[in-house]
Amino acid sequence: MALIEARNIEKTYSDGTRALAGVSFDIKAGEFVAIMGPSGSGKSTLLHILGFLDRPTKGNYRFDDKTINDRSEDELAHVRNKKMGFVFQMFNLLTRTSALENVKLPLIYSDVKESLWEKSAKEAIDSVGLSHRIDFEPNKLSGGERQRVAIARALVNRPQVIFADEPTGNLDSKSGEVIMGILHKLHREGHTILMITHETYTAEHANRIINIYDGAIINDHKVTSQHKAHKHPIK
Amino acid sequence: MSVKQTFKTSLIGVKTNKSRSALTILGIVIGITSIILMMSIGQGAENLILDEVAGFGAEIIVVRPGQEPTGPTDIAETLFSDSLKERDIEMLKRKENVPDLIDVTSAVIVTGSVSFEGETYRPTLFGGSVRFFAEILNLEPGEGRFYTEDEIRTWANVAVIGTKVREELFGNDEAIGKLIKIKDKKFRVVGVFAKKGQTAFYNFDELVIVPQTTAQVYLTGTNHYHEVLIKVSDPSVVKRAVHDIEATLRESHGITDPKKDDFFVVTQEGVVQQISTIIGALTIFLSSIVAIALVVAGVGVMNIMLVSVTERTREIGLRKAVGATNKDILMQFLFEAVILTGTGGIIGIVLGGALSFIFSIALTQYAELSWPFSFPILAAVLGFFVSMLVGLIFGLYPARKAAKKSPIEALRYE
Repeated sequence: MALIEARNIEKTYSDGTRALAGVSFDIKAGEFVAIMGPSGSGKSTLLHILGFLDRPTKGNYRFDDKTINDRSEDELAHVRNKKMGFVFQMFNLLTRTSALENVKLPLIYSDVKESLWEKSAKEAIDSVGLSHRIDFEPNKLSGGERQRVAIARALVNRPQVIFADEPTGNLDSKSGEVIMGILHKLHREGHTILMITHETYTAEHANRIINIYDGAIINDHKVTSQHKAHKHPIK
Repeated sequence: MSVKQTFKTSLIGVKTNKSRSALTILGIVIGITSIILMMSIGQGAENLILDEVAGFGAEIIVVRPGQEPTGPTDIAETLFSDSLKERDIEMLKRKENVPDLIDVTSAVIVTGSVSFEGETYRPTLFGGSVRFFAEILNLEPGEGRFYTEDEIRTWANVAVIGTKVREELFGNDEAIGKLIKIKDKKFRVVGVFAKKGQTAFYNFDELVIVPQTTAQVYLTGTNHYHEVLIKVSDPSVVKRAVHDIEATLRESHGITDPKKDDFFVVTQEGVVQQISTIIGALTIFLSSIVAIALVVAGVGVMNIMLVSVTERTREIGLRKAVGATNKDILMQFLFEAVILTGTGGIIGIVLGGALSFIFSIALTQYAELSWPFSFPILAAVLGFFVSMLVGLIFGLYPARKAAKKSPIEALRYE
């Protein structure tokens, strides 16, 4: 059974803009999927719906065998907290707050005991290789380091899926490579990752690419490992 | 999210923007400071006045001629009414009329000026017994002596004067034994009161007193009194004694309808009640002004909170994305408002306490009033809760606005 089941997802905004025109696909646990498309193609809207941040106008979306329509706002918040992790293009870290405290943020909204927060947050920071920056505030960190803190924050509650919205979009190519390396590592460790990007070389880090254009899927294919290795060797 | 964690989060939010937070709560600080200052000064004034009144003694009953004054203009009636005479005093003295009476004395108010060798002064002029001044008003001569019972009986022309009067008439010269003129009659100065200063009712330093008999015969030419003081055995019998006094005087004056009384009775309890009523009304009036100030301060807090919510739209979106419920966000911003105003309240309480302490020292040092500092604990507790309530009321709208933000709108916000 698939972790994510999208059936004829449609989204029309109140101003009449039709962002999604009936999208259907399944994503199984453990997959690394890239959703590709130019800006305005509806890929961000799709990610928001999949991430329970927005509701579809029509269609059926099941996550972890439950549909979004069954759930209240608070339940959605709870699912986001427990089962989903988010990585944004703009990092969205809290200013004047240390890396450790930023990573702890999802924990304060969870039912995890406070005595375990410090340990979980430190482990998450360790897994993105930033143990030496634990007390740094975001303005003291480089762009790549900020995104690594954001990834640690997404990981801290051990989610079933990580949603990444253009995770390298605001970074130079070297920092971008480091971020992609970390996402790869997480994938190898068994995490399900769903990433949005408009760059082909970033998308090809995934093992499956869904192309979307004008709110509809135009292509959905697997990426072979040889193809990937050829284009972008991983450190 | 736990209350403790919400509080921590909100505290960080407040601390992150220290100078703005400080400016936001300024209105609350001023409002609460005013409350504490007002309450403390009000309490001080009440204590001061009640101390004065208590100086008359709880076992003292005052009878004045005329109808009970209902306004400032009615006081003239006390001066011109001639209903209380020596005969009434004799009636009151009789054991069968007022059994609780142990002493009775009377005083005359004289309007006029005093002079000595060309120096003239307009004092507060009283004719009365030594008991009236010594025991009831707690006055005693600093130099010389009071006049004697003999001098009262023989209508002697003797006077005791206040320090201010002495200074005006004699400067640094000796006053005892000198002859002063009161309404063109010569009086010998036998004593000068010790300096007592301004109190709530009179400046005792501006007093000139003469025997009541002398005042009636030589100065006013009348045989009635302006004030009759009755001392009873115990404060607990005051009520009964007032009843006896009224009955005696009505019989003496041939009055059957109490509404037509040509005298009225004042007790310490009554005066205390009146003063408390006046101060209470004043406090309510001032409190309502402060309440308006606090509402204005609350609107200021709301305004800044709305700005803060808009500025922190991204933060709200992020918090929602990582699992904050609407209630979590609502509580976070509500707590921030309450922490702000509560802090303002605490600062206001400390500031108000400090200012009223300085005020009491200044009044004691420079105005020579006995003004004990009292910290209004009730007002402090009230002020603290009111300040938090202001935060709760005026923080609710911005907090609801924050909670209602859609996470994707909030994340997109630039």
